[in-house]
Amino acid sequence: MKNKERTHKYTMMFIGAIVSLLWIYPFYLVFVNSIKTKADIFESTLGLPGTPTFENYPTAFAELDFLLTFFNSVLVTGGSILIIVLFTSMAGYALSRKPGKTSTAIYFLFAICMLIPFQSIMIPLISLFGAVDLLNRTGLAIMYLGLGSSLAVFLYVGAMKGIPKALDEAAIIDGCNRFQVYWYIMLPMLKSTTVTVIVLNAIWFWNDYLLPSLVINKEGMYTIPLKTFYFFGEYSTQWHLALAALVIAMIPIIVLYMFLQRYIIDGISEGAVK
Amino acid sequence: MNFKNRTYWLFLLPTLLALLLVLIIPFFQGVYYSFTEYDGFQVTSFVGFDNYIKLFSDEQFIYSLGFTAAFSAASVIGINVLGLSFALLVTQKLGKVSTLFRTIYFMPNLIGGIILGFIWQFVFLKAFTGIADVTGMEFFRGWLSDTETGFWGLVILFVWQMSGYIMVIYISFLNNVPKELLEAATIDGANKWQSFWKVKFPLIIPAFTVSLFLTLSNAFKVYDQNMALTNGGPFGSTEMATMNIYDTAFKVQDMGYAQSKAIIFLIIITLISVIQLYITRKKETEL
Repeated sequence: MKNKERTHKYTMMFIGAIVSLLWIYPFYLVFVNSIKTKADIFESTLGLPGTPTFENYPTAFAELDFLLTFFNSVLVTGGSILIIVLFTSMAGYALSRKPGKTSTAIYFLFAICMLIPFQSIMIPLISLFGAVDLLNRTGLAIMYLGLGSSLAVFLYVGAMKGIPKALDEAAIIDGCNRFQVYWYIMLPMLKSTTVTVIVLNAIWFWNDYLLPSLVINKEGMYTIPLKTFYFFGEYSTQWHLALAALVIAMIPIIVLYMFLQRYIIDGISEGAVK
Repeated sequence: MNFKNRTYWLFLLPTLLALLLVLIIPFFQGVYYSFTEYDGFQVTSFVGFDNYIKLFSDEQFIYSLGFTAAFSAASVIGINVLGLSFALLVTQKLGKVSTLFRTIYFMPNLIGGIILGFIWQFVFLKAFTGIADVTGMEFFRGWLSDTETGFWGLVILFVWQMSGYIMVIYISFLNNVPKELLEAATIDGANKWQSFWKVKFPLIIPAFTVSLFLTLSNAFKVYDQNMALTNGGPFGSTEMATMNIYDTAFKVQDMGYAQSKAIIFLIIITLISVIQLYITRKKETEL
């Protein structure tokens, strides 16, 4: 019996390891070829580099205008996250603390909006925001708030239903107003939901291409996915530079994942199950 | 002590306003545009159902819908089979290694579709050719240059990307299977295989509802990956519905017509999701 268990364990580990190698192989290939010369890639894509060279990196870094591009991504993602966390948690608080027909109807409205695919509102959305001069980063953040509100509001309402109302009442009797109750009591108690909302939306905003490509039309404001896309168009025949650019573009998120993987995976699973 | 009316609306205002501006107004506006000739600046004429009628004889659009459906079917199967297998694998008692496996399987999800598409473009174009050169297997040559390999290329990319995400969902449901039930099954002499099919499987049926819903709707909406990997080529043969809509709108500038395609797209996604939810929910209650 013991022996059988051990065999099972090692078989599973073996299979798991094989799949893992297969799973990271594309990343490995991109990296290993990013430190080859153009001729080296052409000659042998699968092999190791003759002499590893990091020459491609400074060029790709400069061509991507990486510091600026990275800053743009941080700004767009961070700003949008701030807005969505603040406003949807406020909305969730109101909905969870005033039961009745109005709240049910609003909740239902959020649910329906969740089913609308982006493509079916894309054209009028761009026209409308263009008409009010909001095809810029502010407009982008408003769009993300609207598009992401359903899921975030659900998560917040769900979590707040678990917090006893007596808590609000006690605070109000002690002289807090609603906003203070929300800010000093509710928000700190909702940390794990907030982490979920941040993780889910940050991955989306950070990686989004389609919406920013329609909204941001100044090159100096391009985010990482936009810049990577245009860079690729220009350098599609020069894999050595293109691959180095891909690696640079991936580094921030991979570093973040290494540090925060527990929160990221937990956040995803909470968001997915609710 | 309930919310005062004014405070209640104040708390809801920003989010509701955004919802109104971003989804509700554009939605109705979109339905209206779909009945018009619209160039992005002004509506030049109201054409009734003309756009919708035209759409049925638009071979490329019909083709892209079929291609999207086939892509979704293959991806949904691949993603769920792999996702569930991964979840079962990492929930075995393997110690720390299972966290490592989980981290690795999940990784492609963190990276955007554009970058993933380019990564696989390199793999299919260069590395596959390399494999063909080394092994002499012609199978690996010329990927992405015809419809069939383009199709499978997209499926492989998307399965690679999403299996880890779906794995996470299955893991959380598997972790909720009561330990006593599994122990009881072991005492009764069930082997691993039996305790999966007889004990775990029926209890994680709700996970299928969630995973199928997510994979189906995500597969239908794929855009970035499609653009970065094949850009619809060769000759539009790997063009998905979303790309067809985008091109009609922003390249051909035929916005009214594109909008009618978008409405049909919305109806198809909604129908498929509703049917899927109905079927899997029914299975949940039957068991």
